[in-house]
Amino acid sequence: MKRAIHITSVFLGLTLLAGCSDNTSQQAEATTSASSHAAQAVQDDKTPELHGPVVVYSSRQEHLIKPLFDRFTEETGIEVQYQTGEDGPLIARLQAEGEQTFADILYTVDVGNLWSAANKGLLAPLNSPVLELDIPAHLRDPENRWFGLSVRARTIVYSTERVDPSELSTYAALADPKWHGRLCLRTSRKVYNMSLVATMIERLGAEETQRIVEGWVDNLATRVFSSDTLLIEAIAAGQCDVGIVNTYYLGQLQQENPAIPAALFWANQDTSGVHVNISGAGITRHAKNPAAAAKLIEWLSTEEPQQMFSELNLEYPANPAIAPVALVASWGEFRQDDLNVETAGRLQAEAVMLMDRADYR
Amino acid sequence: MSRAIHTQGWFWRGLAFIAAAIVIFPLLIILSQWGIVGTGEQQIWQHLIDTKLDRLALNTLWLVLGVGSGVILLGVSLAWLTTICEFPGRRFFEWALMLPLAIPGYVMAFVFLGLMNYAGPIQRFVRLEFGQDAWFPDVQGAGGVIIILSLVLYPYVYMLARAAFLNQGRRLLDAGRLLGLNRRQAFFRIAIPVARPAIVAGLALALMETLADFGAVSVFNYDTFTTAIYNAWYGLFNLTVAAQLASLLLLFVGVTLVLEKQSRDRARYTQDGAQNRSTYHLQGSTALGAAVFCSLILIMAFLIPLGQLLVWMLEAGFGELDARYMGFLGHTLSLGAMAGLLAVSIAMLLAFVRRQPGSILARRWADLSIRTATLGYALPGSVLAVGIMLGFTLLDRSLGTLLTGSVIALVVAYCCRFLAVAYAPVESGLEQVKPSLIDAARLLGAGPGRLLRSIYIPLLRPGLITAFTIVLVDVMKEMPATLIMRPFGWDTLAVRIYTMTAEGQWERAALPAVTLILIGLVPVYLLIRSARRPV
Repeated sequence: MKRAIHITSVFLGLTLLAGCSDNTSQQAEATTSASSHAAQAVQDDKTPELHGPVVVYSSRQEHLIKPLFDRFTEETGIEVQYQTGEDGPLIARLQAEGEQTFADILYTVDVGNLWSAANKGLLAPLNSPVLELDIPAHLRDPENRWFGLSVRARTIVYSTERVDPSELSTYAALADPKWHGRLCLRTSRKVYNMSLVATMIERLGAEETQRIVEGWVDNLATRVFSSDTLLIEAIAAGQCDVGIVNTYYLGQLQQENPAIPAALFWANQDTSGVHVNISGAGITRHAKNPAAAAKLIEWLSTEEPQQMFSELNLEYPANPAIAPVALVASWGEFRQDDLNVETAGRLQAEAVMLMDRADYR
Repeated sequence: MSRAIHTQGWFWRGLAFIAAAIVIFPLLIILSQWGIVGTGEQQIWQHLIDTKLDRLALNTLWLVLGVGSGVILLGVSLAWLTTICEFPGRRFFEWALMLPLAIPGYVMAFVFLGLMNYAGPIQRFVRLEFGQDAWFPDVQGAGGVIIILSLVLYPYVYMLARAAFLNQGRRLLDAGRLLGLNRRQAFFRIAIPVARPAIVAGLALALMETLADFGAVSVFNYDTFTTAIYNAWYGLFNLTVAAQLASLLLLFVGVTLVLEKQSRDRARYTQDGAQNRSTYHLQGSTALGAAVFCSLILIMAFLIPLGQLLVWMLEAGFGELDARYMGFLGHTLSLGAMAGLLAVSIAMLLAFVRRQPGSILARRWADLSIRTATLGYALPGSVLAVGIMLGFTLLDRSLGTLLTGSVIALVVAYCCRFLAVAYAPVESGLEQVKPSLIDAARLLGAGPGRLLRSIYIPLLRPGLITAFTIVLVDVMKEMPATLIMRPFGWDTLAVRIYTMTAEGQWERAALPAVTLILIGLVPVYLLIRSARRPV
């Protein structure tokens, strides 16, 4: 009897709730049970009819997600609607809408915001063997509420004219006085730097990290930059010699000018590995179409879309079985930090305060 | 008859009250965040006080003083030159100098920094000519931000001061000249004091936008109160502290506006009816100087950013120009027009009701609610947007409506944000309507509806058109509220710009930016044409 009710409510949830947003307790219950069954439904391949579009709230830019969604629709017939915007407001909206939300998936460009959304109880766990197989454990939530789909490596960039790569080793070593007046950094307000410092706090402890960040600030050649691109251009122009950037920004500049006198150095190879962040997604707690949403996330972890991530934005595929595009591959292989990226979210606030205290602006 | 007028009065007052309540509601939601002070919030406040609150306050103060002086200097001098003086090119500059209004501040900031920073073409040239260590001013400092924001925001002062100078007519200045004042004395002792309400209104708009600005200051990494608000929200994941910081900003603006108003409350400046333009025909080097000055500002505030955008547009190609582009254009314009109409109507209504006879208490209330309703402009866009969104989701939950994510909600959101922009020109226009005229009409039995139709609207036409234009252009540029509240698929040009600039791809943002500027020209042109005609 109980099972019968469950099945009916799943059916109700998938058909009735797909497009409308009426809000009764019965339907809300249906949604919850639907999401816990979603993974199973997909796995069994005896999928209940996947009605209506999947709705995605995304801080990933339209031109980086639309081609993927279009392919997904072509392959499965499931339509994808998306609303792009900034993370903070999107999460606030998800929270305010509660059970009424249209969103099935939250898609962000960093782990901190996924962690924050999960922490607020806005994401539902998805137990998916496909994702467990495709996505390495350190790139997804230990509780399966979100999954990294592409990897953004943040490492050291140096001037090929003025720096011998043998001088370089770790992020921490950039605090050494030998880099005095030669280091460029992007603003601490950017989440990528918050994530990096949060990871350092976990690895090295708050005290040591603060000492390092203060060393960085002492070594700065000029004010902090508002973008990685400007930073790399400053290194190329000779304003400074080393910096820390996400790899794909150099990739974009190399596509415009292959001879740009700047190159990547893989940091921390003898210690913890290169710091990585993810762009990833999770299913919302009150998703109206959780089965189709699960299907989309699973699909994104497979070969073709993983390659597209690399082609569209020169990021690294999260699925280690998939090779990145030639330009990205030309930077060589590296060992990534296998600390769960969740750390970056958990310690982000602490990292922000630490950077404030170190006067890293 | 008098009873009918009385009920009609209540009708208008009720309507105004509802309009004001809708606009004030989001502000109340933000203020209500003071109710939440957990240990997390306390820690963050302690942290802010320990590390940077004093620096932020000082930074913000410098910015306000700098941009304030900048927009007054530019706005008033340019308005004076193009309305009262005559020199070669005046008729062109008259409208061209409004164009920078269409350029979003963050675009200007990025173009400026791209050209002037170490890796940019100008410094590269300087290094090539004068050696590696050649001196160059620090473009990333406070000075750079102040210059950028002054160039983008002076049109507010310019437009309002211009309308005021035009309305002053020649009699006042003639009287001054008869009393032996020279040109400079007439300017400082007559024109400026009489135009003060308008200048202050424009200044208030420019400064509120400065306080709310996040885009331009973050391009420069110049820490202000607003960057701290975003850092608390995005960095520390604490929207409560962000809202609390934002409400401090509101308090500051509210107090400043009240003080200013009180300092000039006694004085009344009304138009003298003469619409003949008084002119100083500038000669020789003075005329040349005026033309050069106007050209310089136009080049820096409009032609350079537009030129750079055009270069980028050509570099990036027209790949962005797909079938959906017409849709973006249509959405941008229709949202702007709807919001413009609604905001101007509300502004007119509020300004009108404020002048209706009634008990002192009723008037005090009207005053207070208007003052509060126009404060939203000083709030950082995303914070206000979230306040509005929370308001709508609350409404949806309790009434079962589906307003969040509808066009209605978005248009109302724009009104919350830009009511101040619509109200300033209307109010400064009203300041110049003689109370005796209204009294006469009332004595002749005109009710509020008739007053509105036959006296206020015709007399205020230039002010209303100015208000509509500014709101239209501001809505077209608006980003945070559009991003969070737009209906599915309702992307606008500003959303396109955001999408591209979020990861620093400025070249690809050039096409929507140029389009935005070009369609911004249309209302500006219409505005000028209508302002030229006598009322």
